[in-house]
Amino acid sequence: MNPVAVLECALYLVLLVALAWPLGAYMARVYTGESTWADRVLGPLERVVYRLSGVKSAVQMNWRQYAGAVLVFHVFGFLAVYGLQRFQAVLPLNPAGLPGVPPEVAWNTAVSFATNTNWQAYGGETTMSHLTQMLALTTQNFVSAAAGMAVLVALIRGLTGRQVTDVGNFWVDMTRSTLHILLPLSVVLALLLVSHGVVQTFTGSVSVHLLEPTTSADGKTVADQVLALGPAASQVAIKQLGTNGGGFFNANSAHPFENPDGFSNLLQMLSILLIPVALCFTFGRMVGQPKQGLALLMAMFVIFVPLLALTVASEHQANPVLTALGVDPAMGNWEGKELRFGITSSAIWATATTAASNGSVNAMHDSFMPLGGLGPMWLMQLGEIVFGGVGSGLYGMLVYAFIAVFVAGLMVGRTPEYLGKKVEAFEMKMASLVILLPSASVLIGTAVACSIPAGTQPLGNPGAHGFSEILYAFSSGSNNNGSAFGGLTVNGLFYSTAIGIVMLIGRFWVIVPVLALAGSLAKKKIVPPGAGTLPTHTPLFVALLAGTILLVGALTFIPSLALGPIVEHLALR
Amino acid sequence: MKATILTAIRALLVLTCVTGLLYPLLVTGLAQAVFPVQANGSLLRDGNTPVGSSLVGQAFSAERYLWSRPSATAPFAYNAAASTGSNLGPSNPALAAAVKQRIETLRHADPGNRQVVPTDLVTASGSGLDPDISVAAAAFQVPRIARARGVAVGEVETAVRQCTHSPLLGMIGPAHVNVLCVNLALDHVSVRP
Repeated sequence: MNPVAVLECALYLVLLVALAWPLGAYMARVYTGESTWADRVLGPLERVVYRLSGVKSAVQMNWRQYAGAVLVFHVFGFLAVYGLQRFQAVLPLNPAGLPGVPPEVAWNTAVSFATNTNWQAYGGETTMSHLTQMLALTTQNFVSAAAGMAVLVALIRGLTGRQVTDVGNFWVDMTRSTLHILLPLSVVLALLLVSHGVVQTFTGSVSVHLLEPTTSADGKTVADQVLALGPAASQVAIKQLGTNGGGFFNANSAHPFENPDGFSNLLQMLSILLIPVALCFTFGRMVGQPKQGLALLMAMFVIFVPLLALTVASEHQANPVLTALGVDPAMGNWEGKELRFGITSSAIWATATTAASNGSVNAMHDSFMPLGGLGPMWLMQLGEIVFGGVGSGLYGMLVYAFIAVFVAGLMVGRTPEYLGKKVEAFEMKMASLVILLPSASVLIGTAVACSIPAGTQPLGNPGAHGFSEILYAFSSGSNNNGSAFGGLTVNGLFYSTAIGIVMLIGRFWVIVPVLALAGSLAKKKIVPPGAGTLPTHTPLFVALLAGTILLVGALTFIPSLALGPIVEHLALR
Repeated sequence: MKATILTAIRALLVLTCVTGLLYPLLVTGLAQAVFPVQANGSLLRDGNTPVGSSLVGQAFSAERYLWSRPSATAPFAYNAAASTGSNLGPSNPALAAAVKQRIETLRHADPGNRQVVPTDLVTASGSGLDPDISVAAAAFQVPRIARARGVAVGEVETAVRQCTHSPLLGMIGPAHVNVLCVNLALDHVSVRP
């Protein structure tokens, strides 16, 4: 790798941690109900929200009630997004006069946004009215992210509670996540983005007179360029902060009006990982041992940094096919990338957006070099726990921590414990569910798609790369990422339905076991650490944890990765 | 259960108002008040006619203009109402074929040019609307533009230099040249925001 690329990666990681640390402390105060500097403005708003929604904020829930509230809330979230899309033609704020969204795409999008995946089976500017973008998509960007954070907080309460049944109040956790964390950050980020050129208007489009007329595919002369506009900045801000990723425009953050320059790009890249990293600090504070959060963060970095290096180095390689045609061999792989970001920023983004379950893109992953695409794909397949989604990443990581202490316990023949809580058969069953179900849906979904015409006809690329498109799609859906190898046409009946189903599995068949874990852990007493306790804040544990994740991820996915990116890489050489 | 359903509906409605309505309205109001040019697409005007956005590229094919990167948008290049990349994989024969065609077009327009072909000038961007090309891609085209216009090479180079952005903090992104900016300067069109 060239030194400038290394320097940029280092700058990114340093800025990220520097911003996340204070935010982590602030979020711990929000979740423990301590007063914060923002209470003056947000406190009254919070009380109004409780009054209007009939929430009794003092009521505590056990894990079953908590899970029930999460599920019911998402059902209505789904219905709202589905309905708004279907009826957008007759609703206001539709300046482009777009028709209602077809049922299969509306179903897919509704699942996608309710599960915090934000997989896009549609082209933003050509499918969704401004009303749909705002009321349906922007709202879900907030509340689905907030729900993930709430579930994490419930699990942390399970770890810190002493022989209790309650894990918190979902409505309070979700509302506080939205109002005290996501909303203020989004307003600030949105305005910073606008200052650099991200559009924010209710005008549908503006027409400009081209300097040189161009010719359309049907031979007509085109003298004007129609620039699609809209309230993009407000949606872009929360799409990054809430690890959502659904773009306002089809090209997502590669579009100049979503991401106009190097600075807006840096801001958005930082926002992608900001809250997931900060939550590690929040966790440390909430369990009263900052080192525990730091150890989880270190395990994430141990996996992230090598895959970042792989992706950046791969994209700085020239495509040998193009070099053979006489193209500059020193410039790297520019297909699908934007000049104003450059190759390093595009590769950092791809790694960050797939490490987090964000899924927004500033370059087309489908056109990455084979190994440049492998890094992002594997990061998703690891279960979106290396940073991961807001909340969902860390609760997934904690599940792996239980497995790591369990494996260590097996080696020495002791009952494993984590933070003084004994990890027993029930916890391991739930942890297995969390890991097995999304992995199974990636592999089974890919296998089904490969064997039927409806799965292979929509491919945008032939050969091994076509297989990669399918594998990427199911990895992204099952792990609630939302990015895509965009050459695959996914608005047909098969992919809309299948990806919709795996998104549901990846979200709720994880959330429910995690809440069951929270409930089971809350009931246990906290055992003081003894001589045989494995400390979980040491480099040894970091290595054990990262090793467990990589081993499970490698055993599950290397065979399928070998059929896609690895074959393509070898064939290109 | 019934209470949960009721709370869910009410909470969703209230939060939709706050995050789906108040939040975008607040941001739009502030954006329009404080950054009206940027919030509305960073348009460039010649008199009262908008002739483009400083952020969105346009297609050029005449030899007297600096050419933008190839664009994958349909049904014509640089369609800013339907952004998209090509999504062609590195091993796809269609990518090689497209690049070969583009190299031929470049060589045909400037047969004497012996410079190596800059990668960005023959590959499509992610959005299909990339406003910029690399410094090498601009340098590649300078002799052709000077000849087509019958002006000195230095005059074209000056226009390119004026429209070149250096990397952020000296390291993020390569130096890049805004194509529309160069072509407006070459045509002596003075624009204002």
